[in-house]
Amino acid sequence: MTIRKLSEKLAVGVLFSSSTVTTLAVLFIIFFLFRSGIGLFNDSSVEPHYTLVVHKNNPIDHLTSQALMAIFDGHTTNWSEVGGKDLPIELVTIDEIASQYDEAALGESLEGVPACVEDYMAHNEQAIGFFDATFVPADFSGKHLVLPKISLADFFLGRSWYPTAVPAAQFGVLPLVMGTLWVTFLAILIALPIGLIAAIYLSEIADERMRKVLKPVIELLAGIPSVVYGFFGLVVLVPFIQRLFGLPVGETALAGSLILAIMALPTIITIAEDAIRSTPVSLKEASLALGATHWQSIRLVILPYARSGIMAAFILGIGRAIGETMAVLMVTGNAAVMPSTFLEPVRTIPATIAAELGEAPFGGTHFKALFTLGIILFVITFLINTAVELIKPKKP
Amino acid sequence: MADVKVEAKDFNLFYGDFQALKHINFKAEEHTITAFIGPSGCGKSTLLRSFNRMNDLIDGVRTTGTTLVNGISVYDKAVNVDELRKQVGMVFQKPNPFPKSIFENVAYGLRVNGVRDKHLIEERVVTSIQQAALWDEVKDKLKKSANALSGGQQQRLCIARALAIEPSVILMDEPASALDPISTAKIEELIYELKQRYTIIIVTHNMQQAARVSDYTAFFYLGELIEHDETKTIFTNPKSLQTQNYITGRFG
Repeated sequence: MTIRKLSEKLAVGVLFSSSTVTTLAVLFIIFFLFRSGIGLFNDSSVEPHYTLVVHKNNPIDHLTSQALMAIFDGHTTNWSEVGGKDLPIELVTIDEIASQYDEAALGESLEGVPACVEDYMAHNEQAIGFFDATFVPADFSGKHLVLPKISLADFFLGRSWYPTAVPAAQFGVLPLVMGTLWVTFLAILIALPIGLIAAIYLSEIADERMRKVLKPVIELLAGIPSVVYGFFGLVVLVPFIQRLFGLPVGETALAGSLILAIMALPTIITIAEDAIRSTPVSLKEASLALGATHWQSIRLVILPYARSGIMAAFILGIGRAIGETMAVLMVTGNAAVMPSTFLEPVRTIPATIAAELGEAPFGGTHFKALFTLGIILFVITFLINTAVELIKPKKP
Repeated sequence: MADVKVEAKDFNLFYGDFQALKHINFKAEEHTITAFIGPSGCGKSTLLRSFNRMNDLIDGVRTTGTTLVNGISVYDKAVNVDELRKQVGMVFQKPNPFPKSIFENVAYGLRVNGVRDKHLIEERVVTSIQQAALWDEVKDKLKKSANALSGGQQQRLCIARALAIEPSVILMDEPASALDPISTAKIEELIYELKQRYTIIIVTHNMQQAARVSDYTAFFYLGELIEHDETKTIFTNPKSLQTQNYITGRFG
């Protein structure tokens, strides 16, 4: 008696703790994601322990990340372009200093460097220096530029993603978000009609034998690891697209969309088929008894009845496509540029995280930016799941 | 002698290996109401559904012999099922309106049969709802969803929907079994009215209902048509002992 009671108590305890652990794990992951990602917006886009200096007569106090990048890439060559005097810009790094001064001045263990920096910067009004902070003397006669902070606008509206650019990294996620949306959108455009037609065929037209063959095959599609899809895409689809359109590279948004479409199909077909199947037989009979053909019954009674379920299928298909990482990483070419056609390489959010997390220093700005990308992805999928909950047919 | 509208000639039906109907011979004349009675599983609904081939939806159904509607052999390969079903209205056990407006429910049969004329559709919808004795209750809410109606109203809407395609025969599969007594009385009254224009076959488990509304009654047992005669005769002086036992409630 007591043993039975005890074992029942134990069973309840196990059930309770496993569901609690699951919930806590999910909450912990979300907390971790937000904690790691949100800190990004207090950071400077310039690497820590580095500083930017100019001559004391230079009227410029601060430069944006974009302006800095333009200067260091050689696109901006005159101070007047960024609102300063009409002087050509001269970039100065520790390498310039080392080549301008002899070893005696620099010192054996570089102890003379700060003096050299002071000397050089004081004599060159057109110079902008990018140094390790320890190489700039404490009583520096010039000005330290205010280091640019990463703003929300820069992050969400910025069009360039150069997370390792020197001196100032660029974290504009727009190309990544657009890349994700483009690839997903085309994938759904392809998968949606095919999936719906297949679902109608399976639920309404195929006989029992045919369904017994097709259904497991379609469900098998969902079980293939995504890296296999990616490999297939890389070896078969990418060269095919390259040849078909005569492109320099076959790794394109189109390749990613096709692979994603194939991957989203099982989700769409299975859920849409369930929805179509849930149409009461009595409604089908009513339609047929009124002299409607099978096709009329499908179009006018069955599909309208299953509409919300079919919508749920599409949205879940989008969710499946938007979060997919590996296959897309392998076939889209991963160029973080704003997409303009489907025949160019693009880079999606998940692919970016997977590709860059390994080389981002732990806890650094780049690392945080990748987690912020994770938050964006989380929010998108969360919205998708909420939408599905809202439109799903209510079970009585 | 009036025209024979519905007929079965040595009709057999099999679900796989199981024979559900055995050598059925049956006739129903124009403007009559025939009630099919018998215990569950006796084949009465199956026979009803053999007059408009609703059994086609079930896998593994096989038939021999013929059923005829308006003299057309129902199971003939040359027959267009959709055309056939336009001549045969059907009302089901549970009210099954489409999740559309009241108007669209009734208009559906016309639309799928290619009627485009708006005025004609409107006219037929109104007359059908009137014939189904539902007009006064729904005339102000034709655009409202049919699901908002009560069960009895829904069933009368389903009858109106069947009438709209102007069939000559109406098949009713226990049309009142899911309804309360008041709604049932209304449906019965309506069935009696409809006899003026249509040939009606009604499957029912309710003996009083069969006795009240029908001119003829057919008793089925284990897939066979045991007895078919005027309702009065069946209920007062049945020839078969099985019929007598059933209508007096000794089994079934």
